[in-house]
Amino acid sequence: MGWFKRLKGGINTTTKQKKIVPDGIWGKCSKCGAAHTTKEFKENSYICPSCEHHQRIGSVDYFELLFDGEWKELFGKLKSKDFLKFKDLKAYNDRLKSARKKTELNDAITVASGTINTLPIVIAAMDFRFIGGSMGSVVGEKIARGIDFSRENKIPFMIISKSGGARMMESAFSLMQMAKTSAKLSQLAKAGVPFFSLLTDPTTGGVTASFAMLGDINIAEPGALIGFAGPRVIKETIKRDLPEGFQTSEFLLEHGFVDIIVNRKDLKEQLTTLLTLFKAQPPVLKPSNGHLNGTTKKVAG
Amino acid sequence: MVFLEFEKPLESLYEQLETISKVGEKGDVNVDEAINELQAKIKNKREEIYHNLSGWQKVQLSRHPNRPFSLYYIKNMCDQFVELHGDRNFGDDKAIIGGLGSIGGQTIMFIGHQKGVNTKMRQYRNFGMANPEGYRKALRLMKMAERFNYPVVCLIDTPGAYPGLEAEERGQAEAIARNLFEMAQLKVPIVCVVIGEGASGGALGIGLGDRIFMLENTWYSVISPESCSSILWRSWDHKEEAAEALKLTAEHMYKFGLIDGIVKEPLGGAHTFPDETVVILKQHLINQIQELRSLPVEQLIENRIEKFSQMGEFDE
Ligand SMILES: [Zn+2]
Repeated sequence: MGWFKRLKGGINTTTKQKKIVPDGIWGKCSKCGAAHTTKEFKENSYICPSCEHHQRIGSVDYFELLFDGEWKELFGKLKSKDFLKFKDLKAYNDRLKSARKKTELNDAITVASGTINTLPIVIAAMDFRFIGGSMGSVVGEKIARGIDFSRENKIPFMIISKSGGARMMESAFSLMQMAKTSAKLSQLAKAGVPFFSLLTDPTTGGVTASFAMLGDINIAEPGALIGFAGPRVIKETIKRDLPEGFQTSEFLLEHGFVDIIVNRKDLKEQLTTLLTLFKAQPPVLKPSNGHLNGTTKKVAG
Repeated sequence: MVFLEFEKPLESLYEQLETISKVGEKGDVNVDEAINELQAKIKNKREEIYHNLSGWQKVQLSRHPNRPFSLYYIKNMCDQFVELHGDRNFGDDKAIIGGLGSIGGQTIMFIGHQKGVNTKMRQYRNFGMANPEGYRKALRLMKMAERFNYPVVCLIDTPGAYPGLEAEERGQAEAIARNLFEMAQLKVPIVCVVIGEGASGGALGIGLGDRIFMLENTWYSVISPESCSSILWRSWDHKEEAAEALKLTAEHMYKFGLIDGIVKEPLGGAHTFPDETVVILKQHLINQIQELRSLPVEQLIENRIEKFSQMGEFDE
């Protein structure tokens, strides 16, 4: 599943420590197949040095790229449970167990609070390696709590989406997370706290049709697959081939659903600018003698 | 009448009833007793059939061709109804209808998925699969209801939002997400009822409200059993298993606390007794709206958001 082989334990980064990427481990670009060392990849923000393809990375990788060194994980103890005793070819419980073992994560999203160039932000980042980044009760609940935390502390909120959509094994519970997260975002908006949505490859289904599309600013990484229905389903429905570039970040920008496409290397800087702009307060204008210009001085006497 | 596989035992009873009734019409023989006997038999058979339905059978019933659709309910419930069209931006979606109606002097904004009653109309309605402009029309009408302080009733009946090329171009995901966001804060009561199929985001796109109900023979899930089968079982053959695994019936949904109640259908189902079902649903809506009307707006919105915030099962 991973785009390159990691050293065991490499992803088990806890809050304050940084991963040390050893030299000499090689990874292949998932698009062009070019081999580069993990060090090269990492130093290039996990963008392929040969073809600029943005590799799929995990929540901790994003935290390392964006936060100023340290961050504090929030609500890390929340764990999915097999409430419906769902079983297809595999029991949901077993899927959860193997996903936890493989990723050393508790679920498909990690929430953390920290700063970007000293500006505070709460980031909820999804992990595609955990059952396709699917949204179940835990993803919904962690987003809801992250929003509450942001709202109470007046700290901007960001979600980094990377998901195939709702988690079928939680049936209607997963569906209702769309309503839950969107309703919570409406409260955040009402409180005047900005929400940035970063859409990365892939963002589809119920995740796109809820929080991912609701950013005050919708940002996409270049070349990401973003859509509601999956390309395969659409192709089967309309019975013809899909045009080149359909459902890419660039397609969404062109059709008006994304504000900006940002190269991952520039992401921290772009977020800094946005956070600064949202933080800036307008100068207080004092009304005086019917003049609109608040700087007009009135001389007594 | 159309009989589903598990309804077949009823078919011959109905045929007998018809034959005897015709004999009776000629007036030569008194058939009253025979008719009474047959009707009792039909009633018993109905109880036998409809009281033990599997998840998949409920799915089949929810799609029964004789089942009433949104416009049937609305037109028969309302003293007056004016259908309103268009999202004022792109077009008029035929798979989501809406308009102003009145019940007992109360003006209500009705919105609903709409399926077609015959082959031609099914295509015209796109099988109840809405495009973005359908969700945007719904939102336009809800915002109008808010302005005039009319309650909103949403009737849900869709196999899903339309997975088409143009739907993606016009932002299917954004349209649904926007509705969820706006419906959470709408300053008038919203009552949602699943009257047939409640599939996925396409259903939820008009499904966030103060009270959510399901008619007895309907289903609500994150995915249709067929699609679930094809993805998780990698074949279309496991739809029955998928329907069970998804726990998508009204009973399940109520037990899980994901809906506020089940609206009982007459024995035999809404497809057998559409007009009786209309009366039941109408009374139910009147009661719900009356209750919700008594709440202050701030409280209404807070309760609504809190209700959805509580949905989720996890360990901590
Ligand atoms: Zn490459």
